[in-house]
Amino acid sequence: MAEVLWGLATSHVPSIGAAMDRGKTEDPAWKDLFDGYAPARAWLAEHRPDVAIVVYNDHANGLDLDIVPTFGIGTADSYRVADEGYGPRQVPDVIGDPDLSLHLLESLIDEGFDLTVFQELEVDHGLTVPLSVWTPDPGDAWPCPVVPILVNVIQYPQPTAARCYALGQALGRAIASYREDVTVGILGTGGMSHQLAGSRAGFINPEFDAMWLEKIETDPSALASLSREELIRQAGSEGIELIMWLIMRGAMNPRVSTVHKHYFLPASNTAAGIALLDNRPG
Amino acid sequence: MTAAPTLTEGTPMSSSEAGGRIDVPGTPIFDGQTSRRGLRLNKMLMSFRSADNRERFTADEAAYCAEFGLAPEQTQAVLDRDWTAMIDLGGSIFYVYKLAMMDGRSMQYLGGVFTGMTEEEFQAELRAGGRRHG
Ligand SMILES: [Fe+2]
Repeated sequence: MAEVLWGLATSHVPSIGAAMDRGKTEDPAWKDLFDGYAPARAWLAEHRPDVAIVVYNDHANGLDLDIVPTFGIGTADSYRVADEGYGPRQVPDVIGDPDLSLHLLESLIDEGFDLTVFQELEVDHGLTVPLSVWTPDPGDAWPCPVVPILVNVIQYPQPTAARCYALGQALGRAIASYREDVTVGILGTGGMSHQLAGSRAGFINPEFDAMWLEKIETDPSALASLSREELIRQAGSEGIELIMWLIMRGAMNPRVSTVHKHYFLPASNTAAGIALLDNRPG
Repeated sequence: MTAAPTLTEGTPMSSSEAGGRIDVPGTPIFDGQTSRRGLRLNKMLMSFRSADNRERFTADEAAYCAEFGLAPEQTQAVLDRDWTAMIDLGGSIFYVYKLAMMDGRSMQYLGGVFTGMTEEEFQAELRAGGRRHG
């Protein structure tokens, strides 16, 4: 039986990766963000799982709009880092864990979550930036193999927050029923509040973000009850991607404890948050 | 080569009025009708992931748009770098951004365009804690 060690919720803003790739982490515009990551990185370095599940969305790099799967899962041996238009990030390709992927897929389908299967997938900043937030200097390889879980957050109607939370709970059961005794870290990515287009572009809502950062630990079902419209109104048209944090949280124990949280703005147009949760109650 | 479609499906949308069933002022909703309207435009923008395609586009932008079957007003928006019109005509911001990157433009520049500000003014508002009201 596999066991979830921790959940890491984090923004996946491309400029966070770019700031690291270009050695700008000590710049005044960025220093507070990266200082805020330090305690989480130190704890994670001592709690390395055998495998990680990264819940993320693609941004017109691995997928286009021909097919818009609401939920998907990668089942490949490895995932190449995508060229997003300026050359791929100089970070390692991502090693997969197809055995775990296929187990999760079957278990989730048996529970009524019919995920689309990606046998080939190039991964973009949505997946690699969270890995960099966790491991700033991966060297030749990321700390462990990765199972990507994809969520459509770009084209309305996105899955509801409630459905994401329920998927997370089913994912937790799927992990528990895995035949191998492996340890698992789960990353829920995206957010926090932001909006990129329209006359409300630049919208950020720190009060909403503070509420979300607290309740993701203490009361995730309250977050799961928010409607799509309420999320877009309060978190911005792109901030709705916070629903992916609920998949991570759903896979964890009802009671968890916070290792570290940090909030920063702006990371380009976005409020950036991190919440590292230990799956053991405090 | 696809013939240029007309954009009669769905209701016309501007970035000041949300499409679909959600109405949040100043917030374009990239819904199914919008995505139908923008499919060819977005496919063209997606093609900019490859350096070869970026070169071909730069060599003859109008011909490249025609190859992807863009509607005349979509082609015009691309040629004019009318970012608001691209969004109104079905462009997804993540796809439109690929053209902006080719032009060396940042997301903060686009934010300035959408809100009637310079890039610097837009950035200053973000640094001051973000824009609370659109
Ligand atoms: Fe995203």
